[in-house]
Amino acid sequence: MTKNDFTVIGRPLPKVDAWAKVVGETKYADDLFLPRMAYAKLLRSAHAHARIKSIDTTRARALPGVFAVVTAEDLPRVKFGILPVSQDEEALCAEKVRMVGDPIAAVAAVDEETAEQACRLIEVDYEPLPALMSIFDSLAHPEVRIHDYGDGPNVHKNVALQFGDVDAALDGAHLVREDVFFFEGNTHLPMEQHAAVAHWAADGRLTLWSSTQTPHYVHRVLAKVLDTPAAHIRVIATPVGGGFGGKTDPFSHEIVVCQLSKLTGRPVKIALTREEVFYTHRGRHPVLMWIKTGFTKQGDITGCHLRTWLDGGAYGSYGVASTFYTGVINPVTYKIPVYKFEGARIFTNKPPCGPKRGHGTVQPRFALECQLDKAAEQLGLDPADMRRRIVAEPFTKTANHLTVTTIGLGECIDKVVEASGWRDKRARYGVSAKPAPGKPAGSSSAKKRGLGIACSAYLTGAGTAIYWNDMPHSGVIARADRSGGVSVLCGATDIGQGSDSILAYLTAEVLGIEPKDIHVLPADTTLTPVDLGSYSSRVTLMCGMAAIQAAQRLRDAIFKAVAQKLEVSPAALVARERKIGVPDDWDRAVPFARGVELGEALHGVLAFPGSYAPPKRAGKYKGGGVGPSPCYSYSACVVELTVDEETGAVDLENVWIGHDIGRALNPLLVEGQVEGSVYMGIGEALMEEQVFRKNLHKHPSMLEYKSPTTLETPEIHTILVETDDPEGPFGAKEAGQGPLLPVIPAIANALHHALGIRIDEVPITADKILKALDLKRAGKPARVGPTRLPLLTFKQALAVESAFGQPADAIVSRPFAASSRPSP
Amino acid sequence: MKVRVTLNVNGESREALVPTHKTLLEVLREDLGLTGTKHGCELGECGTCTVLVDGEPVLSCLALPVETEDRRITTVEGMAEGGRLHPLQQAFAELGAAQCGYCTPGILLTATALLAERPSPTRQEVKEALAGNLCRCTGYTKILDAVELAALRMGRQEART
Repeated sequence: MTKNDFTVIGRPLPKVDAWAKVVGETKYADDLFLPRMAYAKLLRSAHAHARIKSIDTTRARALPGVFAVVTAEDLPRVKFGILPVSQDEEALCAEKVRMVGDPIAAVAAVDEETAEQACRLIEVDYEPLPALMSIFDSLAHPEVRIHDYGDGPNVHKNVALQFGDVDAALDGAHLVREDVFFFEGNTHLPMEQHAAVAHWAADGRLTLWSSTQTPHYVHRVLAKVLDTPAAHIRVIATPVGGGFGGKTDPFSHEIVVCQLSKLTGRPVKIALTREEVFYTHRGRHPVLMWIKTGFTKQGDITGCHLRTWLDGGAYGSYGVASTFYTGVINPVTYKIPVYKFEGARIFTNKPPCGPKRGHGTVQPRFALECQLDKAAEQLGLDPADMRRRIVAEPFTKTANHLTVTTIGLGECIDKVVEASGWRDKRARYGVSAKPAPGKPAGSSSAKKRGLGIACSAYLTGAGTAIYWNDMPHSGVIARADRSGGVSVLCGATDIGQGSDSILAYLTAEVLGIEPKDIHVLPADTTLTPVDLGSYSSRVTLMCGMAAIQAAQRLRDAIFKAVAQKLEVSPAALVARERKIGVPDDWDRAVPFARGVELGEALHGVLAFPGSYAPPKRAGKYKGGGVGPSPCYSYSACVVELTVDEETGAVDLENVWIGHDIGRALNPLLVEGQVEGSVYMGIGEALMEEQVFRKNLHKHPSMLEYKSPTTLETPEIHTILVETDDPEGPFGAKEAGQGPLLPVIPAIANALHHALGIRIDEVPITADKILKALDLKRAGKPARVGPTRLPLLTFKQALAVESAFGQPADAIVSRPFAASSRPSP
Repeated sequence: MKVRVTLNVNGESREALVPTHKTLLEVLREDLGLTGTKHGCELGECGTCTVLVDGEPVLSCLALPVETEDRRITTVEGMAEGGRLHPLQQAFAELGAAQCGYCTPGILLTATALLAERPSPTRQEVKEALAGNLCRCTGYTKILDAVELAALRMGRQEART
């Protein structure tokens, strides 16, 4: 089938929920108002680290309008956490608080104001403990323990993996570079603050509506923490007003409203304030990085050794996965024959870090791409040409046993190089540029221009589930009704990325009807088959494949009935234009709705499941479960900027981004994801930082936590490259996270081009630029970045043979895939 | 202390008995059931709660209902005329300018005020008008495109009439 044969796929259609969103009808969690509803507020810790000696709620309970007050005593003493290996959170802290913002008590009252007033009347007697506010603090004070589990005092996770003899590879290199980088933490800042409404009904069954990206995991945690059968709990993910990974953990407030509803016999709502959202966090880890890479004269990589230290904050969250992700995705982009990775996540008394767009891979990508730029400079190579040369080979394995399928990175590089005028501008701009003819040398302007490039890769869905099981990662039920409409039930959660739309497009494509004929019923643990959640860029691929399988089974059933009616073979039939018939005899084609009636008469109710689980390709070593993905997306980015030497102000002019999308199921939505990723990368590169002063968030408000407005966001030129990946639905890969990655190092590299300075630390703020320029003027190395590394002994590396260059396995176990491949 | 306020919202006269300190945002959402107006910070920082008061963009989280009595309040629910969407709403839907959609009502209303004042704004003027409305999903690109498209269509409509 060629692209032109599709009727829905590839069209720039509006999202199916666009109309509701532009008229304000979409109901987010905080838009739900139920009769008799009470409002909840959490009392949060004012201390970064303290023992709770006592809690007195007497005065709060006595306040008129208060329905209930709960503390840890009112809940089963069960800890929870998103990962089975890090069950370290409490819905309400019982004995100890580990960060400012830790929840201690909760109140349900007649309105928010009364609940807030009651919280202020709760008296907590604390015994303050030393607060450990950095990696260095936490490692320097092993006698102060934030948690009593992990891989050492205040060390949550310590991992070390080695694939091949890295030392030998570095010894044989023409150039070996050792660089140190720091990536400051930052947060998701979704426009919607988290909210949830619980209704524990009189029949003993509980419903929770929540702005969550992972209703299935919330469902599991509620059952565990509330000690209630999961069968009596229903979790509905309302449309999410921005997630970016920030609504992927199960949260205290979701648990507490359920308990308050049980106690009050009323529906209970909670909506976090903006300040609470900053403390809830789970955002980008601050990461220190040391990277040592060997290069040949031509710019080939001989081997790479990476060390990462992650500042994890007070709880585990996704941290074990985050730690692995700082290491394991790097070899997917370029040819890296041997690779060693050591990483450690340290507990600190700050809000926990977790998954933010590009989870764990954004920080090392900054390090690697800046180092490549430095190496290219030393080797006298063009940084675009050098990258083009070392792009990984499609359908091979990486050193760390990840299977890569299609790779469109070469084409992405070519296209952004061409579109940006790279060759011309690299020669014309920059610190060493020759003045243009007619212009005096040493232009008096303090403004300098620069152009930088970087590339990246990202997974299209995690290859393994968060909890070990053999069940589908995504499920869909397609049900046809006699009107010719089709209902699609799927656990996927639309967080703005368009998962509802993708389900409609794919189902419509297979059945030859229009997206408007599809009714998508998403994210309801009672109604819909499980989808693991909107994280790791997995939804389009996994729900998509499940939707295609369900729709194909439905189509097969209808075809069988129509074939009998038309007295033809089912194989001769096609479905298009809301009709089913034989292409050569289209006049006799029956309307799709008639086909459904014939099918229902033959088979009974027409409802078919589709299931998807990723191919089983995890490397056979401990830790091999993090990193595999059905396929990887690739991006290349060129940034053009102006920087003022006097003020350090950076003005981004243009960003060209080439993205290997596999296939754009809807180019409009893909562009939207790419543009949003680029924008978010710009914020991280230049201004966003989640930092603390005197144990408190330095700026927990949207005014002071700087993020780009329309004025700081440059023109973004998106170029989509299609590689038609055999793993994806109609060839599609992810778009929502990968394009963020190259933007940050491309900006750093463009600054170097403009001024000859290296800022090895994110965010790249004006003060750092000015400091580097001062160093340059003083004849010192014009670099600003970290100068010291933590003292921590990494584990003895698990030595595994490098699988670099091996062909992808021809035969792979594909659960639930029987006769489900989309017919390409 | 509660006061009775009479608000002119989307052309309708609406009454509410509310505490004097309750914000216009809260009254619209909680007392009048107009949940299309969203909140992002409740401190006047993000632009999400923007509504129009006598055609001017106002942050409803910083406005008190008593200040807006006898003035025309427009929320996102009042943009469409009958069943016909405002050209801005149409363009936002068509071009994918609403991703999560949470900032969309505030941006639509800010853009409405801009186009009333400047029917054919330059891209820079659109950027400046929307600089107080944060969006975390779109990178603003499709939003700017949609405002431009709506301006173009409204201009054509004007020319025809």
